[in-house]
Amino acid sequence: MTALLEARQLTKVFGGGLLNRRRTQALIDFSLRVDTDPPSITAIVGESGSGKTTLARLLLGLIAPTRGEVAYLGKTFQSMSGEERRAFGRDVQVIFQDPYDAYNPFYKVDHVLAKPIKNFRLAASRRHGLQLIEEALEAVGLRPEDTLGRYPHQLSGGQRQRIMVARALLPKPRLIIADEPVSMVDASLRATILGSLRKLNREFGISLLYITHDLTTAYQISQNIIVLYGGSVAEAGDVELVVQQPKHPYTQLLIGSIPSPNPRHRWTARRSPTDAGALAATNGSCRFVARCPYAMPRCRELHPPFFQTDEHRVVACYLHETAQSTSVGAMDEVFVR
Amino acid sequence: MSAGVLEVKDLRVYYHTSHGTVKAVDGVSFSLAQNERLGLVGESGSGKSTTGLAILRLIKPPGKIEQGEVRLDGIDVLGLSEAEMRRIRLGALALVAQGAMNSLNPVMRVGDQITDALVDHGVRASAREYVDRIGQLFERVGLRREIANRFPHELSGGMKQRVCIALAISLRPKVIVADEPTSALDVVVQRQVMDTLADVQTDLGAAVILIGHDMGLMAQFVDRLGVMYAGELVEVSPMEDVYAEPLHPYTRLLIACLPSLEQKGVFTGIPGLPPSLMSPPPGCPFHPRCPHVMERCRIERPVLRQVQSDRWVACHLFGGEAGAE
Repeated sequence: MTALLEARQLTKVFGGGLLNRRRTQALIDFSLRVDTDPPSITAIVGESGSGKTTLARLLLGLIAPTRGEVAYLGKTFQSMSGEERRAFGRDVQVIFQDPYDAYNPFYKVDHVLAKPIKNFRLAASRRHGLQLIEEALEAVGLRPEDTLGRYPHQLSGGQRQRIMVARALLPKPRLIIADEPVSMVDASLRATILGSLRKLNREFGISLLYITHDLTTAYQISQNIIVLYGGSVAEAGDVELVVQQPKHPYTQLLIGSIPSPNPRHRWTARRSPTDAGALAATNGSCRFVARCPYAMPRCRELHPPFFQTDEHRVVACYLHETAQSTSVGAMDEVFVR
Repeated sequence: MSAGVLEVKDLRVYYHTSHGTVKAVDGVSFSLAQNERLGLVGESGSGKSTTGLAILRLIKPPGKIEQGEVRLDGIDVLGLSEAEMRRIRLGALALVAQGAMNSLNPVMRVGDQITDALVDHGVRASAREYVDRIGQLFERVGLRREIANRFPHELSGGMKQRVCIALAISLRPKVIVADEPTSALDVVVQRQVMDTLADVQTDLGAAVILIGHDMGLMAQFVDRLGVMYAGELVEVSPMEDVYAEPLHPYTRLLIACLPSLEQKGVFTGIPGLPPSLMSPPPGCPFHPRCPHVMERCRIERPVLRQVQSDRWVACHLFGGEAGAE
């Protein structure tokens, strides 16, 4: 079966040109199939510099990969016809981090909702268009009469972000890529927006790639999780396994650093070295080796492949070599469906 | 609330705009004991940062401290002259501001920036003594001494934030106001910065006011938590009690909507929106969103009152004589 969206060994290198000799490997050999049957929610988690936003931009075709390719229904961006590109633009929607940037302050918020209707000719008449907008707003828990006819500055950040979710819903997409959709809204509204996203998945059958630095919300919403570090996948699989019993030293550090709201559950992670953020040179070693408390000589020689430690989990770490080794690119084969 | 190193009484900060008066902080009182870590938590616009800045008298027009008292070791901070205030800032009351790391001068070595602050506060020493003193400060915040010779752009976000903590503690202040000191930092780095802050706080015996919206960070760091809503403190209690048994309905909802790794729950937000601070609703500012709203809440504003030995709450559910205010 052809995947809805497929990343094949995506690699993106920034710099390295004549003037800028410093090369940054933002993403290394990333492969993922997103199927929509059944609709899924996959979280992609990483800190700043992990390559998660580069990945989102590559998947949307906003930037071109250095190596590898992205295919939508089996076709790469280069081989798509104009009609197919339009279909891609309709079927794959995106929600960005900043609910302030997406609006033109001179237009009422209706504008941002009317645009996709016009572009994709979703409505037969004006009235039908309005009806679609109202349905989309209600689906994300907004009252149309309180929302339409207003200017962006008259709405709260949470409302603006929910309008963005409603906008993404309008073209009835099959996949929504959400890049840090709740990092700029207050905790009390975060839950509401995540609730709306999950509703889209359950009631409208839309798959979701949820890209975030926040493991807690990723845990709450997703079935499968991919942990990125320095542009490569450290650990991936069933979110319950990865979060509750992390196996990669980086995932362990990350989860141990999350402050629990329960004051009785004190921070447990061992203090990591002060030069946090140090990446190994791009000589093919494990990306985490400079910070890893268990680093072995071979970790500096060759980046570890995926080892399948459980039915629904792979770990890219030599500590788990005893498990059956699977080939690179099979990350999503272990996903919970 | 017994007398402590810092006493804040009935603090009111209003912003006078062309559209009307915004009551950003409206009658906040609390005290801080030596060595204590107090958290101020609230949504954006709840007045938590304004409270922190007002303590340091850093409110800029159109904002104005309308009323209230801020006493540091008994000295009335709001009554000091601007020159005296400059000495007290950093000297006795230090600030680690939100995004402090971006406030470093980009064309000056980070060590020199701290030297400047010391000179400005009347510290006279030889060049070698300065280098030594700054070296010690850097070591105390977990940075190597050589880092003092670097420029801000050569440091990571976490390192810059630790430079700002080094600056904040350079004159051994009695109170450190840390306003979202780790926003924009990754969790692992956040953990390091908070550990650093905890270490220097213990070293100095200073009191810390941590301002933020992340309940997790509060739970890991503070002893006592103040919950702010619409410019007022609605609950002040020991952190463990707030989590185990929140009293104010707002605090209850705030804790209920926290996502955690311990429990996969349903997503419950807090219905409704925070009120406009220009025309707050009559009575309790939370009453339009409160699941336990009573007739009295629409008319009478509850005051913060002691309901248990060390717990304070502003809510009519916890008694108090009608019409007491």
